[in-house]
Amino acid sequence: MTPELKGFLLVSGIKVSVAFGTLFLIIAFVTWLERRVAAWIQNRIGPNRVGPFGLFQPIADGIKNFVKEELLPGQADRTLFILAPAMAFVPSLLLFAVIPFAAPLPVSFDFTLPVLGRFVHVGPVSMVIADLPIGFLFILAISSLAVYGIVFAGWSSGNKYSLLGGLRSSAQMVSYEIAMGMSLVPVLLVGGNVKLTELVRLQQDSLWFILALTVGFVLFAISALAENNRLPFDLPEAEGELVGGYHTEYSSMRFATFFLAEYGALVTMSALMATLFFGGWDIPGSWDEGEPSVIVSLATLAMFLAKTFFFILCYIWIRWTLPRFRFDQLMALGWKVMLPLVLTYIMILATAVWAFDTAGLAFGRTYVVALFGVNVVLLLAILWGLDRNRIIWGQRLTREGSV
Amino acid sequence: MADKRTVALDLATPGMDAEGRPIRVPIGVAEGPGPEPDFSSERLLLNVGPQHPATHGVLRLVVELDGEVVTRVVPHIGYLHSGFEKLGEYRHYNQIIPLTDRTDYLAPMANNVALAMAAEQLMGIEVTERCQVLRVIACELSRIISHLVWLGTTAVDIGAFTPFLWTFQEREKVYDLQEAWTGARLTTSVARVGGMMADLPDGFEPKLREFCQAFPGVLDEVDRLLTRNGIWIARLQGIGIMTGEEAINYGLSGPMLRASGVPYDVRKDRPYLDYETYDFEVPIGEHGDVYDRYLVRMEEMRQSVRILEQALDRLPDGALNVDDPRVILPPKSTAMSDMEAMIFHFKQVMEGVPAPVGEVYTAIENGKGELGYYFVSDGTAKPVRWRIRPPSFLNIAALPKMAEGHLFADLIAINASVDIVMGEIDR
Repeated sequence: MTPELKGFLLVSGIKVSVAFGTLFLIIAFVTWLERRVAAWIQNRIGPNRVGPFGLFQPIADGIKNFVKEELLPGQADRTLFILAPAMAFVPSLLLFAVIPFAAPLPVSFDFTLPVLGRFVHVGPVSMVIADLPIGFLFILAISSLAVYGIVFAGWSSGNKYSLLGGLRSSAQMVSYEIAMGMSLVPVLLVGGNVKLTELVRLQQDSLWFILALTVGFVLFAISALAENNRLPFDLPEAEGELVGGYHTEYSSMRFATFFLAEYGALVTMSALMATLFFGGWDIPGSWDEGEPSVIVSLATLAMFLAKTFFFILCYIWIRWTLPRFRFDQLMALGWKVMLPLVLTYIMILATAVWAFDTAGLAFGRTYVVALFGVNVVLLLAILWGLDRNRIIWGQRLTREGSV
Repeated sequence: MADKRTVALDLATPGMDAEGRPIRVPIGVAEGPGPEPDFSSERLLLNVGPQHPATHGVLRLVVELDGEVVTRVVPHIGYLHSGFEKLGEYRHYNQIIPLTDRTDYLAPMANNVALAMAAEQLMGIEVTERCQVLRVIACELSRIISHLVWLGTTAVDIGAFTPFLWTFQEREKVYDLQEAWTGARLTTSVARVGGMMADLPDGFEPKLREFCQAFPGVLDEVDRLLTRNGIWIARLQGIGIMTGEEAINYGLSGPMLRASGVPYDVRKDRPYLDYETYDFEVPIGEHGDVYDRYLVRMEEMRQSVRILEQALDRLPDGALNVDDPRVILPPKSTAMSDMEAMIFHFKQVMEGVPAPVGEVYTAIENGKGELGYYFVSDGTAKPVRWRIRPPSFLNIAALPKMAEGHLFADLIAINASVDIVMGEIDR
């Protein structure tokens, strides 16, 4: 093994453990955050006993879940029942691997250890666990694997409620998978790349893609909600109908693993939104192609976390505000609204991109602003067309004769 | 084989015996013969309750699902049966009042008042003016807390958790008022035959006025969150429709009936407690769906606040209880010092207040519908028969009619819209 390879392995090992360790901490923090924000929305206090502001509550919950008895229902299919939580949990963590979370960090060392020999590393380290060339295609592929965990859990529990939850979730995830994948096609159209580091660089050079792809972002955000099984799309575990849905029969740490998977997916989807549409770790205006430094890396990491937590907060806010869809409405929304919208959007955007290219407009700020104009028109048309003055303007409230 | 207590079962659904062979399991009594049981069918028999988050107590629904579509639903009741009606036959009229706390335990004060009214009607007692106004306050507070529980739990069933806590915080304020008045939060027993168990405590009126001012604001907040919400509308409109005719045929009452467009409200049509002198509206729905029931109940809470304000404005001074030592217990101080008072106290406690021979049915408009109490008296101090007409018992009977053919999620919404309380249904 060359010293360079050893150096690379060392850096990668540290990067992976630190990144996933932090991810776990963030997931724990998000569970606390959700409960505190929910309490705030509901005029309550929320968990505040364990540690300052109740910050150690997730740890206490974790300990509790570890020491609780693991129940295995008599009717359950043992193998799948035990496997299912892991199958739900692993994809949600894997997703994070391709998301760049800070500007490259300069790392140089050259030292020798007694047994292991010489380690050498020179030059900036890309702050992403695996900068895969297939980028968000990896995310689409892996996020659809999460459905297996839920389907297996639903089927193996030997419980009718779980079964219904699993059925619903498979239908839901398959439907919204398509809308989600399609809503990323515009990113490919504009960015010309699926590699996430490359997309972040493109957004630094021009403007954030939220301007060029406003409608695409809205569609992606909605699909991501459905993909994460969060309210208003939490039908697989609709507690009013299906008790606990697919995890009705789960207890102790196996249950907590589903919980972690849900929050892991929440964090990853938020991070993905920040990366694809809000410039990733980009701090607007401040960045020029200067030397990588620790300060820049830390500042960009903070920026990335701020953006991610903004979307997490939005998710939490939505969850504690909206009621739940009905199953057929959910499917109708997915197939009859989201999919046609996304396809139309791709067509229009492709035309716009083609027109700009033909007109000789190079990719840059003007290009993005021009696309923004197209998006605003589209967004208004969608709002007007879909809403038909029913919900936003409240015309439907005063339907004839009621009260 | 079949004696008069057995009903022939023509409904059966696929089930398994111990050896795994399919057997016919009776799931209840339905109207006429159902479809032939199909053992290789795609249908799923789902047992919802008696422990289930959305059955509002220990209601058990046996649901047959075709995919997610409800093909049959059979409500099973009786898990909370306490034999209240039978217990009442062994009690003096005043002693029955604590039982009424426990029937519709979400609106105990109105139940107390209704029972006292029934006993008074039987005995021919006219209560004082102040007592009447206090009873109106008790009834309307009960209506508000009953509707608040309904609103919160319905929102939870539809998936919106936040309104649940908002409404329960408001309910808490009413419970504080109840506690101040009666010393109990849930089992109030506020009424007595011929009066009330206590007059309003100091500071009750300003607190109630404060509540009347603040409460519509909270209702507005819930209103903003739900009424125009696209998902809420999509979930509730056109679900569980009962036409006016059907609603009458099923014996529905209260908001369930009025949402179907039948303007029947006991307070207006057979006024009691001088309700005819209060200025309030009775909201009527048109479509008879879950959404209209929601709107009707929301408006009823606002109207209740109006009535409460009027009641506070007119609250007269004067005696609370009727001036009849045979009916009303003497104050403890005189009972211990005054011979005559002591005798009346003794006779009331030991013998009770005898009612003349006869029967009486008294109904009030409770939050859930027409709450009726029926007494048969043989001239003693205890009724020979006490019968409750519980509004939610009659309303839940329409559940299969409303839910069949809808999706499973709609069944939950419809069940929530019925606004049941099992203490009253099972009695």
